[in-house]
Amino acid sequence: MATEIQLPALSPTMKEGKLLKWLKKEGDAVSSGDAIAEVETDKSNLEVEAYDDGVLLKILVPEGEVAQVGAPIAYLGQKGEKVDLAAAAPKQAAAPTPLPVAKPTAPVAPAPAPRAAPAAPPSAVRSAAAAQVVQLHREGAAPAGGRLRASPLAKRMAQQAGVDLGAVQGSGPQGRIVKRDVQAAMSEPSPARRSSPAVRAEPEVLALSSMRKVIAQRMAEVKPGVPHFYLSVDVDMEAVLALREEAKAAEVKVSVNDFIVKAAAVALHKVPKVNVSLQGDRVLQFHTADVGIAVAIEDGLITPVIRDADFKSLGAIGAEARELAERARRKALKPEEYTGGSVTVSNLGMYGVDAFIAVINPPQASILAVGAVADRVVARDGHPVVRKTMTVTFSGDHRVVDGALGALYLQEVKALLEHPVRLLL
Amino acid sequence: MAEIAWREALNQALAEEMERDANVFLMGEEVARYDGAYKVSQGLLAKFGSARVVDTPISELGFAGLGVGAALVGLRPVIEMMTWNFAVLAMDQIVHNAAKVRQMSGGQLRCPIVFRGPNGAGGRLAAQHSQSLEANYAHFPGLKVVAPSTPADAKGLLKASIRDDNPIVFLEAELLYGVKGEVPPGELLLPLGQASLKREGSDCTLITWSRMYYHAEEAARQLEAEGIHVDLLDLRTLKPLDEAAILTSVRKTNRAVIVEEGWSFCGVGAQLVDLIQSQAFDDLDAPVQRVTGLDVNRSYAAVLEHAAEVNPARIVAAVKQVLYREEG
Repeated sequence: MATEIQLPALSPTMKEGKLLKWLKKEGDAVSSGDAIAEVETDKSNLEVEAYDDGVLLKILVPEGEVAQVGAPIAYLGQKGEKVDLAAAAPKQAAAPTPLPVAKPTAPVAPAPAPRAAPAAPPSAVRSAAAAQVVQLHREGAAPAGGRLRASPLAKRMAQQAGVDLGAVQGSGPQGRIVKRDVQAAMSEPSPARRSSPAVRAEPEVLALSSMRKVIAQRMAEVKPGVPHFYLSVDVDMEAVLALREEAKAAEVKVSVNDFIVKAAAVALHKVPKVNVSLQGDRVLQFHTADVGIAVAIEDGLITPVIRDADFKSLGAIGAEARELAERARRKALKPEEYTGGSVTVSNLGMYGVDAFIAVINPPQASILAVGAVADRVVARDGHPVVRKTMTVTFSGDHRVVDGALGALYLQEVKALLEHPVRLLL
Repeated sequence: MAEIAWREALNQALAEEMERDANVFLMGEEVARYDGAYKVSQGLLAKFGSARVVDTPISELGFAGLGVGAALVGLRPVIEMMTWNFAVLAMDQIVHNAAKVRQMSGGQLRCPIVFRGPNGAGGRLAAQHSQSLEANYAHFPGLKVVAPSTPADAKGLLKASIRDDNPIVFLEAELLYGVKGEVPPGELLLPLGQASLKREGSDCTLITWSRMYYHAEEAARQLEAEGIHVDLLDLRTLKPLDEAAILTSVRKTNRAVIVEEGWSFCGVGAQLVDLIQSQAFDDLDAPVQRVTGLDVNRSYAAVLEHAAEVNPARIVAAVKQVLYREEG
């Protein structure tokens, strides 16, 4: 089916854009990520990328004309497909469109990041102009222009109930999300109800201190690329397993890994200095706790990210993780679903691996390698006892995280898992 | 309980307070020998004599000033304005003297005076005699503004107004004088500054005062038939304003519609919207709506007058709007 390509908001203040040049002609084949047009915005000239593979069926806005953000500018579809323009025309006024995000042309992460991406969100656009860091909202559901319309009450209710307003369809005027919409979202089962704060805090861009710069430089000299260091700890998992049994009795599906993901997220808040990403000579300090989960797929692996995992219930994390993993195996993940975050959980416990060390997924700054939960003899009060035990190994990017900091973080993860009631509070 | 008309309730309040306190007297055009233009003062001349029920010339500024002077030396005048439209002539005394003398004298002087009379439209009285002037008086510090809807509220609040040591603007309505309602027998005193929740519901807060209460009540009845239940808050006193009652209700229903007979621009409702948006912002699920008289001078022509005034249908539509319900 032919799909509309809408003019994305290429900057937070962009309301309209002038189509400078079509880089593809009608009938041209395009692949996801191809630049298809150059648009002049209030800030600079930027390229609009295709989201999908297909054929550019129809250009709606000729060169030199101005289009509103969210308005359809072209149709993408299969070769030979006809576009029903009559049906499409009245939609001009623009329904909310997923907010695309700009990424600067010049790579900001010097790290050898194969598939991508500065931690900045997924990209629909490349800057055709200078390398400027454009800070934009992430998450898909904000309407064109980046402004999410919701009544003050709806915002408050969403925040209290942990409903992601970005995922809620508004029924009020101009798509305003009102009380009944939030109530409807609250009554939906997970994962439609994604607990996360209504408004996600943007990461902060911090300059590297001169000491940090020297450390980064020295570490990179010794270990080129991302200089890893490793810390391991044994975690007593009895309490997690007991809680999991209780959840099972209550018919809530929660895996051990869901506990670890939640603990990894909550610990990021306790030790925020770990919640970073190196971007060239600057550091992104995140204020959200987004945790990647490594998923093995047919010919490799991919790490979908669970956003705001600190806010989400274990049940919600479990549901979301299963859903993401399932789509990962079908290769149906959207780029924004596997970018961002500062830490990944890689779990090989199900293969009986006791302990391993994992490679950081740049531009993230750390990764947790999780082994199997197994009966091990440990010393308790001077006596050998058999406890369900798991080894977690932390790998840190030594350019931005030091050993002591990583140790604090790991200690926090361990404490949370050994007292998992803290993950429920 | 006896059902009596508004005019009778006011008459009872005046008679009871004049009996109770010899300093209370009534003064105005036609209040004595004619028994009042709207018969509010029926029988009072016969009962209290011409020293306490005083006819005046057609000179609003003059007798308003006479009343202020009397209040300053210890009497408790009730000054009847044949309508509040005429009281525009007396604004100087009301806002420059009555409202300010207590503060300007550093509290040495008090001005316990009630200015009362009909406010709002009367039905084909044309542009100069159909105004709702509460916003004007509510604007001035130093004045209390009372605008009740039911005979019982009118009686209880007029008595409280007469006993209050501050200047009071007491707004009645020509179209209400014949309206009947239950009034409890015996002493009835209602505190100023206390709204009355006339109807309870959780879907929307309808805020109103004076005669518009009856339109709001009719709208509430129609809405109820459609399963929409409103809190109907009758403010009764506009100043001091019962902010707590308004905010409590809005926080419960998350929506408000304000019904005001007068014009929209700088109306009392605009003040209420300000209160709600500043104090209950996070409780709102929809912008507050106002239903007001249209922003034109009243026409003598009945069709045009009717077109410009508030009616229950407009209130129903506004409530549905804040509830995001499509108008059928």
